[in-house]
Amino acid sequence: MSETRRPAALPHERQAFAGTGEIVSFTTVREAPEGYEDQAPYVLALVRLDEGQMITAQITDLEDLPAIGDRVEMVTRKLTTEGPRGMIVYGYKFRKPVT
Amino acid sequence: MRDVAIIGIGQTPVGEHWQLGLRDLAADAAQAALQDAGIDSVESLIVANAFGATISSQSHLAPLVADFAGLRGVETFAVEAAEASGGAALRAGVMAVASGAVETALVLGVEKASDMIGAARVRARTVSLDADDEAVQGATLPALAALLMRRYMVEYGVELAAFEGFSINAHANGAKNPNAMYRNLIKPGAFGKAPMIADPVSLFDGAPDADGAAAVILTTAERAGDLVPQPVRIIGGGASSDTLALAERDDLLWLRAVERSTEQALQRAAVAREQINLVELTDTFTILAALSLEASGFAPRGEGWRLAQDGSIGLAGRLPISTFGGLKSRGNPVGATGVYQAVEAVLQLRGAGGANQVPNAQIAMIQSVGGLGSTAFTHILST
Repeated sequence: MSETRRPAALPHERQAFAGTGEIVSFTTVREAPEGYEDQAPYVLALVRLDEGQMITAQITDLEDLPAIGDRVEMVTRKLTTEGPRGMIVYGYKFRKPVT
Repeated sequence: MRDVAIIGIGQTPVGEHWQLGLRDLAADAAQAALQDAGIDSVESLIVANAFGATISSQSHLAPLVADFAGLRGVETFAVEAAEASGGAALRAGVMAVASGAVETALVLGVEKASDMIGAARVRARTVSLDADDEAVQGATLPALAALLMRRYMVEYGVELAAFEGFSINAHANGAKNPNAMYRNLIKPGAFGKAPMIADPVSLFDGAPDADGAAAVILTTAERAGDLVPQPVRIIGGGASSDTLALAERDDLLWLRAVERSTEQALQRAAVAREQINLVELTDTFTILAALSLEASGFAPRGEGWRLAQDGSIGLAGRLPISTFGGLKSRGNPVGATGVYQAVEAVLQLRGAGGANQVPNAQIAMIQSVGGLGSTAFTHILST
């Protein structure tokens, strides 16, 4: 049977995350979309959170390129601006832990 | 269900058609296919297109195409599945004819990527990613492919140079295809020095977005033999899906939708992999070619790149791929790409491949993959 029916609870329940994890893969984006050009080149990564979930996010506040396996922590940052009035879109990015 | 065959094909050159619009390209391909089939109309027109609304400011494309293709009044609708739009439309066409709903269907893919350029096009193209979890982060399709490729290189201990064979092969074949967008050859070693789009994905790795239209005409296998001398039968099809967001995959380096669609198609066609004479796969990026060969069962896990190194994928090899240049050299008119694959496979099976002919081609597999494996449509074609 194909997997057309799945238990409803599986991946879509609300979860809380500590906001820490490690880099699974990364790239430096040089051809950026409109709205992101002023940030390019920027580092985009797959981050495996400590709770197991993986997410796509930028790595920010970098002095050197990261490496796969690097520990990172979540921070709130401006992602882009929208519209002629420049409404700011905030969201999550990750950085190397500041201790 | 009735058996289905292709009785007509048409394509425009792939490239940047500054002087032509969606309707012009579509009309050219449709008329070529009708002429090839020797008929002047069809019952149903299924249009494949990915970025009409976002790049060309044109949705509700199907009646526009019907009108300009001389098919005003026919049943028509458009199908969208990003890079797999063409494969999805072909599947819809096959089902329409196989079910008995219609006797003839024209499946037509069209795209006009050059209606936007630069960062505006890059942004418009991100609508096929997960808007909330990927695109808002500044992700692009090449960047997500790069995440896959770097992970693959690290997990399997593979160097960047291992992927160059895919691009070299695509351009070697595309160089002989008058409809291809970039007919230059790529020399060994040049791949690793190309400018990066999102490392390790470079300009010589990712396929160029393009303008183009391609069309195939379907009818029942029973009727096909009376209408044209060389009908090509569609003997199996399969379709599957995976998560839209890359980060949601349980197994990042395994394309489950590709695997399932291939298994279904082979099973329905009652064909073994060894019987397949050529494969048109979705080589939007070399990593997608490698992963598709693995998920389709043509190479062990982590070793898809080897087929590009040992000559297997060349026109005279064991498993020729991208025989007219693939997305990389022929170009990627996104929504039309899957229909180009069908046209190219038909040329091979008719023995009309010219300089690109695969010797004694009897059975071809075409695989239309959306994004980085979120949708997959696989069809098996036979003489």
